[in-house]
Amino acid sequence: MDQAELVAAAKAGDSRAFEELVRDTYTDVYALAYRLTGNEEDARDVVQEAYLRAYKGLKRFRGDAQFSTWMYRITANCASTAMTKGKKHRHEELEDEAPLADTRPEHDPEAAGDAELLRARLNDALEELPPRLRSVVILRDMYDLPHQAIADELGISEAAAKVRLHRARRRLRERLFPKSEEENAHAV
Amino acid sequence: MRCEDVSQALPEIVDGAATADLALRRHVDTCLRCQAELAQYRKVLRAMHQLRTEVLEPAPGLLADILAKVEEAGERRALKSLLTKRRVAYAGAIAATAAAGAAGAVIFGRRRLRAA
Repeated sequence: MDQAELVAAAKAGDSRAFEELVRDTYTDVYALAYRLTGNEEDARDVVQEAYLRAYKGLKRFRGDAQFSTWMYRITANCASTAMTKGKKHRHEELEDEAPLADTRPEHDPEAAGDAELLRARLNDALEELPPRLRSVVILRDMYDLPHQAIADELGISEAAAKVRLHRARRRLRERLFPKSEEENAHAV
Repeated sequence: MRCEDVSQALPEIVDGAATADLALRRHVDTCLRCQAELAQYRKVLRAMHQLRTEVLEPAPGLLADILAKVEEAGERRALKSLLTKRRVAYAGAIAATAAAGAAGAVIFGRRRLRAA
């Protein structure tokens, strides 16, 4: 059975079908939860809560998006709630405008010319972003959720979601491609 | 148009969601500095897409925990539904008994009237 058929069966009360949907999607949903929360313990809680909400609200799922996309939205919402509750956030104290640029020459990915290194450093840079910026850039640039869906799940306006995305992208670029002292002097 | 203005707009146009206006496009076409900055945004975006495919394996036991939680919710739902059905059945039985009683009383009343 494909996902749409499994959803239809689960809606009709087939618990095996819902179990199958969980098996198909939980590693992906966990990856999103981990990226949003930044730690394993919170990610596990978020994933469990997300599937519980999905199970209870399955009848409301219209099927106009894929089940996995619907799960991303629920996960984003659960992660946002968990983060607002003030759980462990190592980087919450960072201000939006705090400089993140890593100017060590050995960390210049262009010089290294290594996509893998760039991804590894991107992971680090994402972890260092404040959660409210991180959530938006992950949901938009990694999971391709529309601005409106992101805004809905995070409980913010679409305009605010766009502003956060703008800031997050800028900070990631500054972190991964730090300007040289010469460029900084030129910019001033 | 100045590089600083273009720099402000680049994060919005990098994924093609927002369209760059003509003045901005012309500036980028002729400015190596802005071209380099746009290329950096594109690299970050590509790397974000690549990260999406990276598998983050959850610790063992997560699937079992999820299924247990869902099963528990399912049992609660089934119990609730059973109780609701019983309540409906009891209410139905009471209503039927009351109706039968009322009908009996009416028939009994009529017979007494005829007898009188």
